[in-house]
Amino acid sequence: MSTGAQESVEEFQARARVWIRANLRPLEAHEEVGIMRPTRTDEQELAAVARDREIQRMLFDAGFAGICFPREYGGQGLTPAHQRAFNEEISGYEYPQRLQVPTLTPCAAVLLEFGTEEQKLAHIPAILKGEEIWMQFLSEPSSGSDVAAALTSAVRDGDQWVLNGSKIWTTGAWWSDWGLCLARTNWDVPKHRGLTVFILPIAAAGVDVQRIEMLNGIMEFCQEFLTDVRVPDSDRVGEVDDGWTVGTRWMFHERMSSSSPYVTSPGTSSHHRIGPDWLLDIARDTGRLDDPLVRDLIGEGRVLDLVQGALQSRLALGMTTGRLSDQSAAIGRLYSGVAATRLTTIAFDIADGAGAAWAEGDGAAADVGADFLMRQTATIGGGTTEMARNVISERVLGMPREAALDRGLAFRDVPRGARNS
Amino acid sequence: MLLELAPDQEVLREATARFLADRVPPEVIRRLREDPAGFSPDYWSAGAELGWTSLLVSEEHGGGSISGGPLVDLSILAHEFGARAVPGPLASANVVAFALSTWGGEAHAATLEAVLSGESLATCALGEPATPGEPAGVTVQVRADGGDVVLDGTARPVESAAQAAHLLVTAAVAGTAGFAQLLVPTTAAGVTITPMRTVDLTRRFFAVQLDGVRLPAEAAVGEFGDAGEQVERQLQVALALGCAETVGAMQTAFDLTVKWAFERYSFGRPLASYQELKHRFADMKTWLEASHAITDKAVAAVDAGAPEAAELVSAAKAYIGDYGTELAQDCVQIHGGIGVTFEHDMHFFLRRVTLNRALYGTPASHRARVTGIFENLKEQA
Repeated sequence: MSTGAQESVEEFQARARVWIRANLRPLEAHEEVGIMRPTRTDEQELAAVARDREIQRMLFDAGFAGICFPREYGGQGLTPAHQRAFNEEISGYEYPQRLQVPTLTPCAAVLLEFGTEEQKLAHIPAILKGEEIWMQFLSEPSSGSDVAAALTSAVRDGDQWVLNGSKIWTTGAWWSDWGLCLARTNWDVPKHRGLTVFILPIAAAGVDVQRIEMLNGIMEFCQEFLTDVRVPDSDRVGEVDDGWTVGTRWMFHERMSSSSPYVTSPGTSSHHRIGPDWLLDIARDTGRLDDPLVRDLIGEGRVLDLVQGALQSRLALGMTTGRLSDQSAAIGRLYSGVAATRLTTIAFDIADGAGAAWAEGDGAAADVGADFLMRQTATIGGGTTEMARNVISERVLGMPREAALDRGLAFRDVPRGARNS
Repeated sequence: MLLELAPDQEVLREATARFLADRVPPEVIRRLREDPAGFSPDYWSAGAELGWTSLLVSEEHGGGSISGGPLVDLSILAHEFGARAVPGPLASANVVAFALSTWGGEAHAATLEAVLSGESLATCALGEPATPGEPAGVTVQVRADGGDVVLDGTARPVESAAQAAHLLVTAAVAGTAGFAQLLVPTTAAGVTITPMRTVDLTRRFFAVQLDGVRLPAEAAVGEFGDAGEQVERQLQVALALGCAETVGAMQTAFDLTVKWAFERYSFGRPLASYQELKHRFADMKTWLEASHAITDKAVAAVDAGAPEAAELVSAAKAYIGDYGTELAQDCVQIHGGIGVTFEHDMHFFLRRVTLNRALYGTPASHRARVTGIFENLKEQA
């Protein structure tokens, strides 16, 4: 394509359609459905990661990578409407799922906002080519919702920083490349004022990645132990002790991730997610499609899904035009979490006895019971819905903040639980 | 309601808002409880001058929209009606105006003109939506007899029937699977209109009994025996306007309750400082924004005659039916005892969302409809 006038959404969409059909594999029914199902061996998972990187590179070469990223960093410099058109076209086809969240947002989005020119040139094009997969080194064993209470420390040593501590809930850190890391650089000021953000290679000396087994057997979540990890000062993002300025936007991008223009998300596809198509398939495979109770449940699921689409568009528009508070992303986060848990319960109920015990021939009803056990991941991961409710009431509606006993205290004097160390 | 109105739409909204604030403030609404009509004829004709009846009517018939999206424009007024819980059969009257303008032809031009000017009122008995293109809950039958048509049956609830000069009645054509729509003068022999009781303070509903009501064949609006599709369109319009009105009522109930939460102190703190209540406000805010969003999307789809209109409007009706009443009841709960009194305004809005939840199909019936539409969609794909 020419580098002159911007390609129209229609032209772009037509070009994307042709390319996707010629280059990507259509997904099989239910291939990616359910909640983090342990369907692959490690070898298969690594092969899938390699394929994701390969597709990302193909997208880059074809002019489809980083649709809303600036051209100077290898992106296409196009609009959210172009990204939405691309999402529509890629629905039902393989796509580089592992390179979306958290790599493209919030990590690359944070780099775009706060990175130095050198950092952006070093990493954004590499990300868009599939060469770098990023993780958020954000949550810690002692602080999930209260991320600003991070205990991982960074101590300056000449032109370098020395990091010690532990990060957790990084999905796929064992096959990823870089971490965006929030660390404490000053213990003598209140918690929000003593933080700094760094970037570091996960393969760096002193980083020990341990995998965590989840209740359903999946081993994709990780915990990292950082022991005297040396990071050059040139890999600092934002000012020293001003990490919360970065962190606030970081969390904004995280809350926005389900509707971010930086990511490809084939939202309407039955292959990828908890949605009404899945409910319909479960009902069909259990022979319950004519049961009025089941039809009511499918209708409820479809309604929740249609409303979610409308809500995300309204929030995105309102935040762009300033008609809605930029904290309104929390509204979308709360809605999607609650809707996903409800859809999972509906799926489980439609599956009937197959929710308790299932066999090979049960089709879409198989594994739904195990999905139900993982139901709450939708209201925990990416920030709990309780935190979203705090944000909505306090930041959007202006209600009084929760009492915080650490406010104004030097972080080293803030009380910590017995298990925090 | 839309996040941003075009300047002309804002002028339209503002004029109606000012008129309503002046003519039907809360103390007037309380008094209208005793009024058999719920409003006076001059209220409606003044409203007609503000555009309450003309937006869905074509320009050649003397109507016209502000923005090129007639139903979008009208939904702004419906929102205002809900936000103030004011009287008037906005949806019913506009459905008739829309029907006469679109399918009425020359035979009904004079009636349309009178409806447009607000000089006379027309209302409708549409039935309820079922699977796409097929009205359900149609309790009136019609048969052709020589050059005449004869109607029998009872339609209920019909809004403002006693105030109306004409009723647009959906009827099943005897001995066929088809439907017809007839414009019935309320003065015709065999028409009996009986008041019903209702949850709303100012909106009035009636049972309309038709006993061998004989009309000339020209009373038909649209094709006799083939009106299924036009009824579906009209139902979509009525549903979309009902949703817009409910969202207006939800917005006011929510705003009143947020204000209350800041002003009311218990144990030395405002209610708004309790996390238990803050989290409920967060849920309500989410339902409210979601209701705005799905309504606006459904309104736009109905306006454009888009293929997804039937499903979207039913999704809006099902969602808002459930969450609108839940929001209003939770607003009552947070007010405590005062929220259940006649003195407080909260019940105006509770009444309006309650009424609209039950009109034109329950949330459950719309979920069933959504499932049917969705299933067809998937089979075609």
